[in-house]
Amino acid sequence: MTFADQLIAFLYAAVLASVPLLYGTLGEILIEKSGNLNLGVEGMMYLGAITGFLASYLFGSPLIALAFSFLAGMAGAAIYAFITVTLKANQNVTGLTLTMFGTGVANFVGEVLKSTAPAGAVFMNEAVKAWLLPLNLGPLTQLPVVGKLLFNHSILTYLAIVTAVTLHLYLNHSSLGLNLRAVGENPAAADAMGVNVSRYKYIHILLGGGICGLGGAYISLVTALGNWQPDIVGGQGWIAMALVIFSSWSPLRAILGALVFGTLNVLHLYVPRDVVNIPGAFYSMLPFVVTALVLIFSSIRMKREHQQPAGCGVNYFREER
Amino acid sequence: MTDTPLAISLRGLTKTFGKVVANDHIDLDVRTGEILALLGENGSGKTTLMNMLSGTYQPDEGSIWIRGRRVNIRSPREAIDLGIGMIHQHFKLVDVFTARENILLGQKGRSAAPDEIVGRLQLSIDLNKKVYNMSVSEKQTVEIIKVISRGADILILDEPTAVLTPQEIDALFDLLRLMKQEGKAIVIITHKLEEVMAISDRVAVLHRGRNVGSVQTADADRFLLTEMMVGRQVGLSIQRAPMQAGNTILDIHQLKVLGPEGQPELQKVSFTLRAGEILGVAGVAGSGQRALCESIAGLQEIAGGSILLDGKRIDGLSPREIIKRGISMAFIPEDRLGMGLVGSMDIPDNLLLKTYRDQPGVLLRRKAAREEAQEMIDRLDIATPGLSTPVRKLSGGNVQKVLLGREINLSPRVLITAYPVRGLDIGASMTIYDMLNEQKQKGVGVLFIGEDLDVLLSLCDRIVVLSGGKVTAIVDSKFATKALLGMKMTGLATDKEDAYA
Amino acid sequence: MPDKRMHGGFHVVQRGELPQLKTWLYRLLAVLGALTTGGLFLLMLGFSPFSVYGTMLRGSLGSAGMQKETIKLMIPLCLTTLGVALAFKMRFWNIGGEGQISAGAIAASYFAYFHSDWPSWLLLTVMALAAILAGGLWGLIPAWFKTRFGTNETLFTLMLNYIVLYLITYLREGPWRNPEGGFAMTPRFPKQARLPEVMFPGVGNIHIGWIVMFVAVAAMFVYLRHTKQGYELTVVGENERTARYAGMPVGRIVMRTMFISAGLCGLVGMMQVSGPDRQLTDAVANGRGFEAVSVAWLSRLSPIGIMVVSFLFSVLEKGCSMMQTEFRIPASMSDILQSIILFFVLGSEFFIQYRIVRRKEARL
Repeated sequence: MTFADQLIAFLYAAVLASVPLLYGTLGEILIEKSGNLNLGVEGMMYLGAITGFLASYLFGSPLIALAFSFLAGMAGAAIYAFITVTLKANQNVTGLTLTMFGTGVANFVGEVLKSTAPAGAVFMNEAVKAWLLPLNLGPLTQLPVVGKLLFNHSILTYLAIVTAVTLHLYLNHSSLGLNLRAVGENPAAADAMGVNVSRYKYIHILLGGGICGLGGAYISLVTALGNWQPDIVGGQGWIAMALVIFSSWSPLRAILGALVFGTLNVLHLYVPRDVVNIPGAFYSMLPFVVTALVLIFSSIRMKREHQQPAGCGVNYFREER
Repeated sequence: MTDTPLAISLRGLTKTFGKVVANDHIDLDVRTGEILALLGENGSGKTTLMNMLSGTYQPDEGSIWIRGRRVNIRSPREAIDLGIGMIHQHFKLVDVFTARENILLGQKGRSAAPDEIVGRLQLSIDLNKKVYNMSVSEKQTVEIIKVISRGADILILDEPTAVLTPQEIDALFDLLRLMKQEGKAIVIITHKLEEVMAISDRVAVLHRGRNVGSVQTADADRFLLTEMMVGRQVGLSIQRAPMQAGNTILDIHQLKVLGPEGQPELQKVSFTLRAGEILGVAGVAGSGQRALCESIAGLQEIAGGSILLDGKRIDGLSPREIIKRGISMAFIPEDRLGMGLVGSMDIPDNLLLKTYRDQPGVLLRRKAAREEAQEMIDRLDIATPGLSTPVRKLSGGNVQKVLLGREINLSPRVLITAYPVRGLDIGASMTIYDMLNEQKQKGVGVLFIGEDLDVLLSLCDRIVVLSGGKVTAIVDSKFATKALLGMKMTGLATDKEDAYA
Repeated sequence: MPDKRMHGGFHVVQRGELPQLKTWLYRLLAVLGALTTGGLFLLMLGFSPFSVYGTMLRGSLGSAGMQKETIKLMIPLCLTTLGVALAFKMRFWNIGGEGQISAGAIAASYFAYFHSDWPSWLLLTVMALAAILAGGLWGLIPAWFKTRFGTNETLFTLMLNYIVLYLITYLREGPWRNPEGGFAMTPRFPKQARLPEVMFPGVGNIHIGWIVMFVAVAAMFVYLRHTKQGYELTVVGENERTARYAGMPVGRIVMRTMFISAGLCGLVGMMQVSGPDRQLTDAVANGRGFEAVSVAWLSRLSPIGIMVVSFLFSVLEKGCSMMQTEFRIPASMSDILQSIILFFVLGSEFFIQYRIVRRKEARL
């Protein structure tokens, strides 16, 4: 392989690795914009991963599989929303519990599935696989360099970018988005202006959960190619949490952030050992180091608009005195 | 006037918070085209009552009629739909939004309404300015536009003048009269008699969560209203203990303090406090009182000038060091337990706050504190179910007694006390004044930050007037008048004028 | 106007205060509700909940050997929870227990691998101290930034977890890799670096950590209730402004408390590597840092409560591994059951803090 080929392969792999991160990040951004910090991203991704996997196995339809993933993420988020929004319980503990729950359920179902399958292994329906494989857009894909990099991805990759752009427009250029941001910044102010705080929180926590679920589906159906293994999400939900900070709650910057983190994830596979010889573990560590630094710098000096929504972590009760 | 239709009728409205009855079977009517002043001391339940109209609180008992129709206002949204708009004392604005965004919030679609309102009412505001860059009066303007843009014809304003300059108050009142002529019903919550007289058509008085009656403003006189407000005939005669002024203890010189955004909170503030005197600080709320207290106590960094205790600089020292040198501060902010006490702890543990460090070793001994607490409960007649009751469960007056009692037990040389009678009834207030006078006679220098001018004039020996973070006057209260103080509080005096009446 | 509006309707208000007994009754009901839900889930899978739950109890407490395993699970959980609970008491969201355990484990392992020639008592002491120091310093980082710049500690401690986890991976794959093993693993600890075992009455020999645990529970109880430092951190947690006003050095208190909190977690790391694990692995913390957050919350930050809840969680965990062998129900059932219990208890808090009232109408 020439250097150029290698570079393209590297960037391509980076995009592959960044997609589930982007879903998780977008989902959590939407949730945090409603003023709720949900530490359950990992759990919701697990729920999406196992459900998408199961549905593709049972129904053999990619759309049904994705729909189930979305719904499973939503279901996890619904538990969280009910407990924190309606019952006003601690968001941190509820989110961590959701992660524990999602991880437990996914590993449980995965194991049951494996132990009951005839050959001791479950394979994904070929139709689903084919549908999720990188698209071939004919002449576009044939273009040199950009063809591979831009026009030869799974449909889920494009959907992630569309989601990011849509979220950006929704949050910053629609009246519903304005209301949502107000709910996240100052629920009392939004409430006084007649915005239904609980409804906004529910809707966006659920939608965010669904988006996280799609990230899970990508992991089990695309990354793992339908080959279920325990602990399949493996902390990508937590990286997404980091990315939310890294991208300072902006869906557009999340695309960039996911690419950066995806790049870091695959970097060690492509950097020649004789050029830079850093142990692989440090590459894996890098995203977290970078995020910790971003967190520090943003707390030292950053525009108020780029901080975590001010209402995050505190439940709203109108009659609070 | 009585023929105009009723905009609001409240019957038997009751609201309790835990065991505290904030509103007790309140009946109230408001007519269209009238301005009703809702008068009452702090803590008398005015805001709670209006919050039930704005949909913020749900009544436990009672009913509401709007324009003759019985309604159940379950949310602010429903209040807005009924044409009710409330301007809260603590603004409900999203800091990171512009004025325009705050106004458009919750509205369907975008409209040019805000600009139109600004033009019609000739308001001076930049709609594209972020709220976090705004002054308080700008924020209030945004709140007013918000309410008007929702087409409210029942307007409720909660203590709207507390943070405004006199000019701004005049402008606000003109605006209210204009809106009254448009046929709106307006309720203005206040505890200031002047405002009642200046703006209202009728006044309703609340006392301890009950409506104690309403009168036409034209027929009302101040003594009658005061009497209704405090619940019984009071001789407003606060004793001023004779002064044996000693040497200067505290010397504030050219003090400058900056706020979190770098805006000046205090500028060129200079005054002295002598042993054995009560020095009052008068000013509209938000004129720099908090910065003054906190910088003396070492809680806020100063940007210039100096603070001297017995001729030695104490600015820059840690709060701990300042406490050791004998400066005690009893600062009661709006949320009463905000600074000074720990609500979830009992009286003995709260008494330990400033003395626990003097105990030897690593262990905390509570025995002495429990004895001190018991002694204080008996001496100051503090009503509490028991020694281990968390202080947040005590009533306002008792909380104040605990706080002031603790500070006095430290035998301070300088006692700073801010709004110590806020929310207290007259009886409890008198106890507090007595405690301060007693300290004065012991030779303590007392700095008294107050809000009621009558109290300031009769209790204090001298009064420093703050306006917009500057000292506009230092007067001897024997010769000062309320009118003079009022004028100085509005900052009309020039900087160099060192007015003595 | 619709007719229903004529009636007062219901709304939610904050309760004054509920008697202690009643609050615990609500929580007990929540746990029962959770076990019932878990039972229904088992029923759906075709198992009898009673026999499964029975097996769990037997599998965790049925014999001395099983009790021993349960206690071995409980030791790190209880100690980690004591650690994070201390920070929570100060309203400092330390969810970095995971990383602090790992940091302690690394420091302890260093001495185990490179100073195995020291006498055992010295080696173990140094390992413990190094672990406390390493864990504590790792916890000081977010504390310092929090006091200096107000950096969000929830997210920061979370990030720090992963940094140190990958540090273990690096050591395991690189400098500390066992040259004789086929896999990228660290070598086993030498004998001197293993915790001695002490007789646990009625159960048998368990590594000395169980004594440390009981001492820590008692010490924490005294520390919070009867020391000046415990008083200070409680005031800072309840009302930081009052703490500053009273002249407390808030920054120093936050740092000191976090050092103790994280140091305790670090000690757990040492006890895991030199107790049950006998080597440094990626799984030294194994999610306990997160689990501890839940346990701390469930036990309302009371040291005795922490001991009780961490014991019950360990019973659940051990019971579920028995369930796996006997019923072939995957052991991840333990995660599911724990989280259902947590969900229910989290939800039950609402009924402790709020009540629903119906409004009485008045007449015009």
